[in-house]
Amino acid sequence: MITATNLSKTYGAQTVLNIENLEIPKGESFGLVGNNGAGKTTFFSLLLDLIQPTTGHILNNDVQVNTSEDWKPFTSAFIDETFLIGYLTPEEYFYFIGELRGQNKADVDALISNFEDFFHGEILGQKKYLRDLSKGNQKKAGIVASFIGNPEVVILDEPFANLDPTTQIRLKGIIKDLAKNNDVTVLVSSHDLIHVTEVCERIVVLNKGEVVKDIRTSTETLKELESFFAG
Amino acid sequence: MFKHFLNLQWKSFFRASSFKTEIWFKILMIFGALYFIAVFLALGVGSYFMIEKAGWGDPLRVVNKFMIYYLVMDLVMRYMLQKMPVTNIKPLLYLPFKKSQVVNYSLGKTVVSFFNWAHAFFFIPFSIVLLVKGYSPIGVIRWHLGMMALFYCNNFINVLVNNKNVIFYTIAGVLFVLGICQYYEVFDITTYTAPFFDALYDMPWTAFLPWIVLIGLYLTSFNYFKKNMYLDGGLATKHTEAKTEDFTWLDKYGKLGTFLKNDIKLIKRNKRSKTTVIMSVLFLFYGLLFFTGGIEAYENPVWKIFAGIFVSGGFMFTFGSYVPSWDSSYYPLMMSQNISYKEYLDSKWYLVIIATVISTVIGTFYLYFGWDAYLAVLVGAVYNVGINSYLVLWGGAYIKTPIDLTSNKKAFGDKQAFNAKTLLLTIPKMILPLVIYAIGHYTINPTAGYIFVALTGVVGFAFKNWVFKKIEQIYKKEKYKTLLAYKEK
Repeated sequence: MITATNLSKTYGAQTVLNIENLEIPKGESFGLVGNNGAGKTTFFSLLLDLIQPTTGHILNNDVQVNTSEDWKPFTSAFIDETFLIGYLTPEEYFYFIGELRGQNKADVDALISNFEDFFHGEILGQKKYLRDLSKGNQKKAGIVASFIGNPEVVILDEPFANLDPTTQIRLKGIIKDLAKNNDVTVLVSSHDLIHVTEVCERIVVLNKGEVVKDIRTSTETLKELESFFAG
Repeated sequence: MFKHFLNLQWKSFFRASSFKTEIWFKILMIFGALYFIAVFLALGVGSYFMIEKAGWGDPLRVVNKFMIYYLVMDLVMRYMLQKMPVTNIKPLLYLPFKKSQVVNYSLGKTVVSFFNWAHAFFFIPFSIVLLVKGYSPIGVIRWHLGMMALFYCNNFINVLVNNKNVIFYTIAGVLFVLGICQYYEVFDITTYTAPFFDALYDMPWTAFLPWIVLIGLYLTSFNYFKKNMYLDGGLATKHTEAKTEDFTWLDKYGKLGTFLKNDIKLIKRNKRSKTTVIMSVLFLFYGLLFFTGGIEAYENPVWKIFAGIFVSGGFMFTFGSYVPSWDSSYYPLMMSQNISYKEYLDSKWYLVIIATVISTVIGTFYLYFGWDAYLAVLVGAVYNVGINSYLVLWGGAYIKTPIDLTSNKKAFGDKQAFNAKTLLLTIPKMILPLVIYAIGHYTINPTAGYIFVALTGVVGFAFKNWVFKKIEQIYKKEKYKTLLAYKEK
């Protein structure tokens, strides 16, 4: 589904990302871990054509993302609060994204009704604009919005950060469900090794922009990751 | 203690990102400030002689007559632009300062604001002229000090009513109605207020009144802030109750409708964009300066076109020039969603066009000044639709200033809005139509001038698709730079 070839990003003399070859097959749940500055967000931003690669390219379902825009209909993401429109209510935001992705109101309503548990009564019907919600609740709205319109690729940057424990557990369930569907490729980055080993079939460790580990998740994975990061 | 506060203030001023601008822009700003100071000074020195020459009567009385409007206008300006002292209090709360010190400091900060001392440039020279002209020195000093107190009263009234929109719109509305009443000689508020301002000069004891009011207002604001200095009290950010709106009538326009819905919400729900709409309404009346013959320099017929362009294009210039920036806080979303640039630009274009049409319809009141005046507005509108609508969208691609929708800061210009490319684009926006009109006007006749300008607009309109492709390419080219610029808040 996603292939990165010779991909690098350089700012001045500093190379922040350098991936020779990375292939993510369709339907995989893919976890990206690494310390601050390892290049996780850079990789996701390249994947969404928000920054330009210095060398190489990424193919998303055979579409080269920095030259064509045809990857947009089947790709969705929640990176940070710049993916939210602050002056809309959560409902309006969902409908807006829905309309852009060719979903009518009923479709969107049907989808978000599955997430009532996840919202915990704090998102819908609150008479608040997104900008007035707490950081955690904003995140919930953003994550659910990225599921609208049956995307084939879902990219979530640090989805567990800022969420309360109950919501973290529910989100793990949601991502696992999503990963079961063989048509959906899920890309998740996280600082939380436990969460990521729990929801991802495969984990790639980035360090200073390079892929240093590429692991199929097993019972030993968590230990292996912990010993790596303990240095 | 006070030393610490001053130190913080000093750093916040010199380390502000807005301060680190290019040198030539700083020079431009200094020139701008000097210009305004010069205008105020000239007004201060000159108004006495102007009024005397015009034979309206005793200059001091005439100034007093209109003082009420000056004061209310000042209040309106403050409400829209002056920053509130509560910002930056939060980090001071848990430090070992006494609350009363913090409050005194923040209120004191408003006292030295530009909005207070700017008036001195008018009042000091005016008072000096009065003294030179043989008015009673004690009277003039009393009057001067009384006025000073009144402007400081405005300062604290503004602090107290801030964020209470109802009060603001009531004041602005009453002012507007009174102004119209006075113009048509229905009711003249100044006959009731002028005696008070006159009294400041005439009767010794009255000068104390404004000062007593001022002290009262200061104490009220002091107590108000001291009592409300809690995170969930006066320092809480105000949340308006949100209402989900559908605008289902726009659904039939497909993606275009989706974007228009969003833009309407953007304009309705954000402070900055509301200010823009108010400004564009003011542009509607800009033409009055030209058509009433109020200003001699504008008597030349060519200037009519200039007026026409601004009357119908107020919204186009104030909103349209910042087009991608309105969406700056969520630009990465827009860029990764299933949106083509064409649809995005199209929706903004329609918004600007609809506003231009509405302005043109409201502008029918220029018929009062004759067909000729309204024709200028109509022709200006055609040129705006056919040419300027593209130019503002095109120029927008180069203005990479993120807009903070929730604050009015920078609402009146921004350093990055003045780069060489946008300046160059003002030539076809403003000057070209004047030139086209002048050619028609002076070689054939005024009607030909109008026809030429309108034709240019129609031709431009016909090339819409081609022009949009070009603009789209520019937006695409600038995409990464724009995304990067919006990140640096």
